[in-house]
Order: sequence, then structure tokens, then C-alpha cells
Amino acid sequence: MILPYFIIIPLLAAFLITLIAGEKDHWGIAFSLITGIVLTVLAFYSFLVFRSETLVYQMGGWKLPYGIVLVQDALTGYMLVIVNLIALTSLLFSVNYIRYLDPDWKYYALFMLLLAGMNGVILTGDLFNLFVFMEIALLAAFALVAYGGRAEEYEAAFKYAVMGAVSSTIILVGITVTYSSTSALTMAAVADALSQGDPKIVHWIGGLFLVGFGLKAAAMPFHAWLPDAHSSAPAPISSMLSGVLIKVLGIYVIMRLFFNVLGAPDVFIRIFLVLSAISILVAGFISVNQWDMKRLLAYSSISQIGYILLGLGIATPLGILGAVFHLLNHAIFKSLLFFNAGTVEMMLGTRDLKKMGNLTRALPLTSNTSLIASLAISGIPPFNGFFSKLIIIIAAIQAGYPLYAIFAIVGSVLTMAALMKVQRYGFRGENEVDIGDKKVNWKMNTAMATLAVLCLVASVLIIPGIKEAAFDPVISVITEKTQYIQAVMGR
Amino acid sequence: MTIYLLCFALFLVGLYGILTKRDLVKIILSLTIMGYSANLFFILFAYRSQALYPILSEGAEMAPMVDPLPQALVLTSIVIELGTTALLVALAVRLYQKYKTFDITKIRRLSG
Repeated sequence: MILPYFIIIPLLAAFLITLIAGEKDHWGIAFSLITGIVLTVLAFYSFLVFRSETLVYQMGGWKLPYGIVLVQDALTGYMLVIVNLIALTSLLFSVNYIRYLDPDWKYYALFMLLLAGMNGVILTGDLFNLFVFMEIALLAAFALVAYGGRAEEYEAAFKYAVMGAVSSTIILVGITVTYSSTSALTMAAVADALSQGDPKIVHWIGGLFLVGFGLKAAAMPFHAWLPDAHSSAPAPISSMLSGVLIKVLGIYVIMRLFFNVLGAPDVFIRIFLVLSAISILVAGFISVNQWDMKRLLAYSSISQIGYILLGLGIATPLGILGAVFHLLNHAIFKSLLFFNAGTVEMMLGTRDLKKMGNLTRALPLTSNTSLIASLAISGIPPFNGFFSKLIIIIAAIQAGYPLYAIFAIVGSVLTMAALMKVQRYGFRGENEVDIGDKKVNWKMNTAMATLAVLCLVASVLIIPGIKEAAFDPVISVITEKTQYIQAVMGR
Repeated sequence: MTIYLLCFALFLVGLYGILTKRDLVKIILSLTIMGYSANLFFILFAYRSQALYPILSEGAEMAPMVDPLPQALVLTSIVIELGTTALLVALAVRLYQKYKTFDITKIRRLSG
């Protein structure tokens, strides 16, 4: 059975690194890169082979009403591919970036814990188990945000940790209410019990989970921690946090809980729409106004999370296709943009756009890949961002929400304005800047080039034929409410 | 019912502390209080008055028992909260070394 290895391998790597690393970081790099490669291969394999089935693994052989299960269906496989792919490129980028900050194996051990926690959240079919894996990932993330050791980083990590602890407490209360009303913690059993129960209970549970996981997803009224944490962290960690962590702990869990477990109640679908409109517009305006490059990117993450929520709020198969596709695309180009910001920070020692200038000659690959990523995120064809945004806008019009389609278009223009500001001042400005004889390492270049190529390759996924093979199983998992219950409960 | 309301009051005490206190240590204490109230809430749901501990032994009559699962879950959650609190305290110590103060109104290098 392939499922437990997604959790076992990174956990084992984390503890092996702490045991045998010694003083230097060589073992940490070796172990974590091997883990990253193995997990990426496993994730691709399991998505390609098992995407139309539901695999259920009972931990310790305990049968379902008593035990904890790991579940893999198409949505799980899809998320695993995204997480492990971005983690691998982040690790590749980390090698030299972390040596420049502070060469230490602890970084790699924490990174592996973060990965184990995220894979666990994606795979688990049990509510309390999800809570535990979420805390593993969050504890590692708090420590990694503070890794650089400057005053601002401790401040951001403290803020993040307080917000994380508050939202975890609210989620725990939500789990309490769920358990006391359904006497079950397995998500499928909870869904089964709730579908026959009182709809008021669904509102209570949904409200608590919406606040808890909304804080993790950083949708607009719950966003206060994100810009600090994501801009203060080391660049590869920013790309992990912005690229996948908010999607796994926020969006993925929201999809799973609200669509599969709670049965997509109308109230919450409408709340998603409102949250998405606020996120897209307000975060878009704030991001245009930033001069710190990573802070600008962090605010733009909030606005892109708004697009994913908008697709979920439309709740037609086309809208969900847009949401799922944008999730992949945002993971790719936002990670790439954070890598670019990290490279520039490493070369120039600043993140302030006003102090950057014409970098096209000094850092050709960085500035070209950042141009690709900026075009992709602003939705210029033929890059992937164009297709996912187009699908979301078409879905909004078809479902009878023309106002939200206009919000999405305005948001797209704001994103473009913000990213063109990065290009205009950061990479193609008038200032002639000198980086001396520093060179960008090939590992960092490979990480950036891979993601830039993926920006183009991901748009292939929308071609008819490939689209049916790749996305239809994922969408049917989200839209068909009873299929998940039946598959897991084995009926 | 009263007991649930008291538990909710404890939750509100924690939330009030997080929102209004300026001292890092007091914020950490308020978070702990809030976590305690969530754990207490979970235990209260499992509690039945006049019920036995949930261990079957020979010769004992069948009687109502308290639900053991929430107690196991709350133990896990206490351990997790311990970890988070330890991390927060470590961060507070580091912040004190950098800024020489625990007052969050003076720790403001990042703008909101």
C-alpha cells in the first residue's frame, strides 16, 4: 500500500537528519533532496495510476468505526503532486540560499516535518488526525518563519503563532461539536450522520470550521498574519507557505469538509462568494501600493486565494474546474516569483523595489523567469494563469453571477498593475545596479527554470482530451457528495 | 447548562486577553487559558453524572460509563498546546533580546 509512505518517508528523514547530521549540513541536504525526489515520483505515480479509484488504508489494521483511515482519491492525488513538486523545487533552491543565511541542518529537518504534516493533512480521513497533522505542519512553519534570526522575523513568527494557536483552538471546538453531535470522527461517518441529522448542527460546525480554516487560508477578513509571515520567512519557505501551505491547510480542507462532509450547504457557498470578492479587490488594491517586493507578492497571494474561493463559491463543475486549476497554477507561479525575490535579495541585499534597477544584464535568467511568472499571474495567454482565470470568469457568467465576473476582471487588472510594478522598478528600471562578481548558483537557476517551464506546460492541461483525463476525476470527487462516503465506508 | 456557560466565559477571558493585552507573556497566558477552555469543553461533553470509569472488570455490573475517547483526544491536544506554548515562549525570549521589552506596542518594525 502506497499511502502511509507519503507520511513515513519525510518523518523518517526529519529524524534521521537530526540523528546523524553532526555539525555540517551535507547530510541534511542529501536526505531531504532524496526524500523530495522519491515523494515527487511516488505522487505522480499514484495520481496517474489510481486517479479514478479510492484507496483506503486502515492504520494498524483497525476496522472503520474504531480505527483511523488514510484515504486517497483523485483530489488527494492531485494535491500530493502539487505539494511534493513545489517542495522539491524549494529544496533545490534552499541549498545555496540557506548556506548564505546560516548553514545548518536544522532547516532541513524542519522542512521535512512541514512536508510530513502537509502530506498527512491531505491524506487523512479522520478529523482529529487532521488536526494533529495540521499542528505538526504549523509548528514547523512557525520555526521556519523565524529561521533567519532577525528581529522582524521573530516578530512575524510570533504574530503567526498567536493567530495559528487561536484558529487551532476554534477548530478544536468545531471538532468537539462534531463529535458530540455525530459520535464519530472519521470524515465519511460524520458526513453520513450529518446528512440525516438536524441542519442547524451543520451550520454550527460549518461556522466554526469556516473561521478556523479561513484563518489558515488567509481569506481577506482573516488575513492579518499573512503579509508579515510570508514576507519575513526565507525565500524558499515563503514559496512553500504561499505556494502550498495556505492551500493545503486552508483551501483543500475547506473543499473536503464543506463539499464532501457537510454536503455543500447554500449558506456557506454564498459566504465563499462574499469572502472571495473582498479578498480579490481589497488585497489587489493593497498589493499595488507595496514597495517591499515580498510583501507585494504576499498580498497578491491573498487576492489569488480569492480567485480559488470564487471558483468554489460558484460551485458548478466549471467553477470548480477553475478553482482546482488555479490552485495548481498559483502554486507554480507564486513559488517562482518568491524564488526570484529571494535571488534578488541574496544578490543585492534588499527587497525594496526603489533600490533595484536594471537587472536584465546582471541576472538574465532571474529577470526573464520573473517576467514569465508575472505574465502568467496577470493572465496573459499562452501562460497557465490566463486559462484558469478565464474559466472562473466564464463559470461566473454562466452561473448567473455577472457582478462577480466583473470583480474577477478588475482583480486581474490590479494583479497585472502590481506585477508590472515589480517588472518596471525591480527588474527593468533605470538604475544601473552592480552585483559585483556574485553568481547565481546552478541549483537556484534550475529551480527557477523548471517552474518557468511548468508555467507554460501547465496550460497544456486544459486541451480537450488531457483535461478530461486530468481534471474530471478531481472535479467529480468534489461535486458528488455521496460518492466519498460510500467509497470510504465500503458500501 | 451553567457549566457550559462557565466554560464559554473562560474562553471569552482568554480571547479578551489576546485582544487587549500588550505584554507578550500575558498574551501567551491568555492563549493557554483559551486552549484550556476548549479542552474543558471537550471533556464536559463526554462527562455523564453518576457514570463509571470506562473499564470493564469481572463481576462489575453494567452501568453508564463516561466516553473515554475525548479524554484520549484531549491528552493529545494538551501535548500539542504545550509544544506551541514552548515555541511562543522561546520567540518571546528572543524578541526580548532584540527589543529589550515585552510591550507589543514598541515591537513594531513591521507595519500591519
